Amino acid sequence: MSLDKEKIKHVAKLARISVDEAKVESLTKDLNSIFKFIEQLNELNTDKVEPLTSILNQSLRSRKDEISDGKIREKILKNSPKENEEFFVVPKVVE
Amino acid sequence: MADITNQSLNEIIENVKTKKVSSTELTKAYVKNIESAKKLNAFVTTTFDQALNNAKQFDNKPNFDQLLPGIPLAVKDLFCTENIKTTAGSNILNNFIPSYESTITKNLWDHGSFLLGKLNCDEFAMGSSNETSYYGNVINPVGDQLVPGGSSGGSSSALAADLTPATIGTDTGGSIRQPASFTGTVGLKPTYGLCSRWGIVAFASSLDQAGPMTKTIKDCAIMLEAMSGFDEKDSTSINKKNEQYSKNLKDNIKGLKIGIPKEYRVDNMPKEVDELWEKGKKILKDLGAQLIDISLPHTKYALPTYYIVAPAEASSNLARYDGVRYGYRSKQGKDLIEMYEKTRSEGFGDEVKRRILIGTYVLSSGYYDAYYLKAQKVRQLIKKDFDDSFKKIDAILTPSTPSSAFKIGEKTNDPVSMYLNDIFTVPVNLAGLPALSMPAGVDKQGHPLGLQLIGKTLDEQKILNIGYAFEKNCGFKNEIKKWWS
Repeated sequence: MSLDKEKIKHVAKLARISVDEAKVESLTKDLNSIFKFIEQLNELNTDKVEPLTSILNQSLRSRKDEISDGKIREKILKNSPKENEEFFVVPKVVE
Repeated sequence: MADITNQSLNEIIENVKTKKVSSTELTKAYVKNIESAKKLNAFVTTTFDQALNNAKQFDNKPNFDQLLPGIPLAVKDLFCTENIKTTAGSNILNNFIPSYESTITKNLWDHGSFLLGKLNCDEFAMGSSNETSYYGNVINPVGDQLVPGGSSGGSSSALAADLTPATIGTDTGGSIRQPASFTGTVGLKPTYGLCSRWGIVAFASSLDQAGPMTKTIKDCAIMLEAMSGFDEKDSTSINKKNEQYSKNLKDNIKGLKIGIPKEYRVDNMPKEVDELWEKGKKILKDLGAQLIDISLPHTKYALPTYYIVAPAEASSNLARYDGVRYGYRSKQGKDLIEMYEKTRSEGFGDEVKRRILIGTYVLSSGYYDAYYLKAQKVRQLIKKDFDDSFKKIDAILTPSTPSSAFKIGEKTNDPVSMYLNDIFTVPVNLAGLPALSMPAGVDKQGHPLGLQLIGKTLDEQKILNIGYAFEKNCGFKNEIKKWWS
């Protein structure tokens, strides 16, 4: 299968990455060569194989749903690009 | 005393313990080395003042019983360090200052060491040559035109150039072992789950593992001992008692069965790589190990599988970089969606974008079964190859990489040829196994080449022991001229 420019623009939209029109051409070429490489897997018959979901011989641990720290608002907001006293700030969403 | 930095970590620790050198003298010597090695571009951030303070504190009240007493260490800039900028080699984290410390670095500091600086790496650890970093290419001390490998390229370069006595990297598809091979150093990727992933900037969570990068096998055992251990903050951390890898290091490998997989070859592989593999086999055989031919039939499918699984996980992990809570935010964008799109477009480099797009595509509606599910099935087959082989052998010996360090710019226009560099390292990540790369010789240009030892799950001690015996009998010496200072 091959990826065309429209498909790539659609995937970029899904990934929330804007792509320059000028770069779509080279991106299409690169991604198609990568997918050609990936599609070697189609040589293998895997009908009877179970997909691997964990490489550990243990299941994921769960912990109690309890607050273990808390009261660290300042630390959490410290790296935000824009904030007011208590919130992260984003461009206006609702008119 | 001669150059106090041109020694193994183990020797440096002995010198500190026997008071031949103080932590402050040691730290000052590294600061001097780093300042004269700017050409290598191995560091993104240095923390000299803090390091000298830490050294002074150690010297005032030394504790020589620690595993890393008063030892300054630089680490890959993928480990979050409290109040010290952590970039992951990306523009999108150019202003990110974590308010917490990764478990791995905390473990190292708890054993007596302290931070010297943060080392350059490929952006989000995506790369095999350290050419995708927003902070520029790192140069291999072996030669001024050569890449140091990647993604832990700043780590391998700094280590080989005596800018840190040992270091740590992360390995998702070979990012510790390939740079170690390119610089004539030792690198170990532990069993998945042995070292905590908490506080490491995530790339592909089912493959990522942190590990030591050192000059010798003994150093590697010391570092692994210091950094590994159960961590309840990582849900895939293995709950087991800590091992004393350095104390238990033995060079007797008599009777061990070493598997030699026939599939670890590529077309046009330089004959030096084959010769080196033969040399490795001979050394182990002479030490009393038994060589056994094995087959890992799905090896050629490991890279295509990896280039589905890793980008898929990366596209999910990197969804968090949206310009809202931390990191870079674009000044463009009229509304929220456009702000996201511009932020991610300006914040990520080309290779990262490529992988996010691959990942988004293989997980998208209608394609999931054909790609992601297929890859998870092949991953099962690759793991089964190893499981079957390990019923009759103790470890596997292969080349680490299909070539020595290549030139800067040589592979940047062809992503697939760049990916092929990891052909011998990727299968191990897919199967979650431990593997180390150890220096074994040089090619005809005099550039280092490594051999890889793959072990069973949690059998790090055995591959360290084999490496230890190999190292003593191999006669490799890393001859690096300090052309940069």
